[in-house]
Amino acid sequence: MKKKFMSLLSVLVFGITPILSFTGCGSDADATDTLVVLNYGKYIEADVLKRFQKETGIKVKYEEYESVEDMYAKYKAGSINYDVICTSDYMIETLRQEGELIPVDYNSLPNYKNINPDIIEASAAFDPSHKYTVPYFYGTVGILYNTNMVDEDTVSSWDCLWNPEYKNRIVMINSQRDAFMVAQKKLGYDINTTDKLELENTYKLLCDEKKYVYAYLQDETYECMISEDAAMAVCYSGEAAMGMEYNDDLDYIVPNEGGNLWIDSWFVPRTCKHYDAAMKWIDFMCEEKAATENFEYVWYATPNTKVAQHEDEKTLADETVFPTKETLGRCKLYEAYDKETLDYTTTLWKKLKAY
Amino acid sequence: MINRFRTSFLAAPYAVWVLICTILPLFYILGYALTNDAGGFTLSNLFAITDAVHLKSLWLSIEVAFVTTIICLIIAYPVALILHNLKISNKGFVVFLFILPMWMNFMLRILAWQIILSNNGILNSILSAIGLPTVHILYTKTAVTLGMVYDFLPYMILPIYNALSKINDQVVEAAADLGANWWTTFIKITVPLSKDGIISGIIMVFVPALSSFVVSNLLGGGKVLLIGNVIEQEFTLARNWNLGSGLSIILMIFVLLSMSIMNKVDESENGGMLV
Repeated sequence: MKKKFMSLLSVLVFGITPILSFTGCGSDADATDTLVVLNYGKYIEADVLKRFQKETGIKVKYEEYESVEDMYAKYKAGSINYDVICTSDYMIETLRQEGELIPVDYNSLPNYKNINPDIIEASAAFDPSHKYTVPYFYGTVGILYNTNMVDEDTVSSWDCLWNPEYKNRIVMINSQRDAFMVAQKKLGYDINTTDKLELENTYKLLCDEKKYVYAYLQDETYECMISEDAAMAVCYSGEAAMGMEYNDDLDYIVPNEGGNLWIDSWFVPRTCKHYDAAMKWIDFMCEEKAATENFEYVWYATPNTKVAQHEDEKTLADETVFPTKETLGRCKLYEAYDKETLDYTTTLWKKLKAY
Repeated sequence: MINRFRTSFLAAPYAVWVLICTILPLFYILGYALTNDAGGFTLSNLFAITDAVHLKSLWLSIEVAFVTTIICLIIAYPVALILHNLKISNKGFVVFLFILPMWMNFMLRILAWQIILSNNGILNSILSAIGLPTVHILYTKTAVTLGMVYDFLPYMILPIYNALSKINDQVVEAAADLGANWWTTFIKITVPLSKDGIISGIIMVFVPALSSFVVSNLLGGGKVLLIGNVIEQEFTLARNWNLGSGLSIILMIFVLLSMSIMNKVDESENGGMLV
């Protein structure tokens, strides 16, 4: 659940990243004063990163990853000792169950009070005793649609994605868990079902949809919607907000059946070698100024209550960026799959792609 | 003696390169392919190719690679022939023109095709401007094939052009002197003498097309699953390096198979010509 900017910007960011990581060169991960951070791609304002290093004097080796699966693969490869990582709810749950997390010392985080208690409460789904995580951003999965091609009634139900009228103008999300969620909501299943028959039916329904799908996209979704190549697209709320910045005809909705609420949080993995620096990092991310700058860069909903006073009414009223209580009531967090279900759904996803 | 020592000494950097970047990884892949995630020996990663999804992807890859190769050959041969027959002195410049696109990043060139072929893209704008119905090409098998043809075409043109350049003009003239018309000369002299170029062209197009996954990622919209995509996803999404390696080995076997078939054709033709 990351922010995707234009390819050009990505070149820029990727150009910066190596330079930043060079500051912590040498025997990198084990250098005593270097904090190793792992985060989604394009999920931080570059200035915030610079300021942290300047103000705390802590060198940062900042690493990025594309998808949750990449993060897990990178972490599990074990070649780098990460000190602090940001990732999504259900992956945190998986890592917690594997015993990979170290508790956060909340007393050493003076800015932690800025975090919205509602979001902390919602985090209980993946961090039940609230020991390990600090929320960074959150958002929903919904439909970004072009108001000139589709009316709001149509997209208020996930059914619209199976409407032959929109053949080749539907963009489906290229992420197994999210795609399954859409079909499960349409079928009235729980989004965390592990029932084989229900998963099989989910898969079959997605196979039915495939003939109408223009493409399965993730990174290019909002560009595709800006250029009006498609009428509707399943995507993350921040992606939608970005698209709406560029094209006034676009709007975003979480259909009535409800969807997924996701929370990306910071946590400290077992590989951490610089615990105090990691705490300083997490605290800095909760700081008013840093959180505001980050928010204005990624456009996902921020759990930081201090950001609001820096934003204009229009932004605050933007339901795409800040989902309403009512919307959040319809959304649910993912729970981690057990190994068997994970393997089974991965197989079904592959079958769908080959279908 | 000294000479030989010198040459082998000069080859040392290359040998080290091959060892580290080719041979070692191959052993790693083989190691992963023949074990399960607990580290025990198994052949199931290799036999996994019989799985319906994998077979379908492999077949689709072969189909796309085959069509790509045929189209490349059909386009490249006349181009190489025209290039060869051009009566301009600076042929190097013409060849340069064909290589020029390869200087640009391959991803950028494929992304350009996205813009050309998309629903509201350049192609459809032109079609609707002249009153023709629009087409849906992007994110289909056709788009993937088109992307591959575009990308691999120079690899077909250059070897054929080289082979044509090596043909002694006097042989062609002799054929004409002996009464062969243009067509007969072409079929009986030019084509057989450029066989080597055709065969290396076919290998240089078919093999990368068979294992490619980037073109289908960008132009297939996640709907065209080639065997290369399956392998990529096993390594990333599914985190199953063993299965990914097993399928890579199978794909490698197919590549070697296709190359040996082409080499067989090459040998038998050469043999025939000697007689």
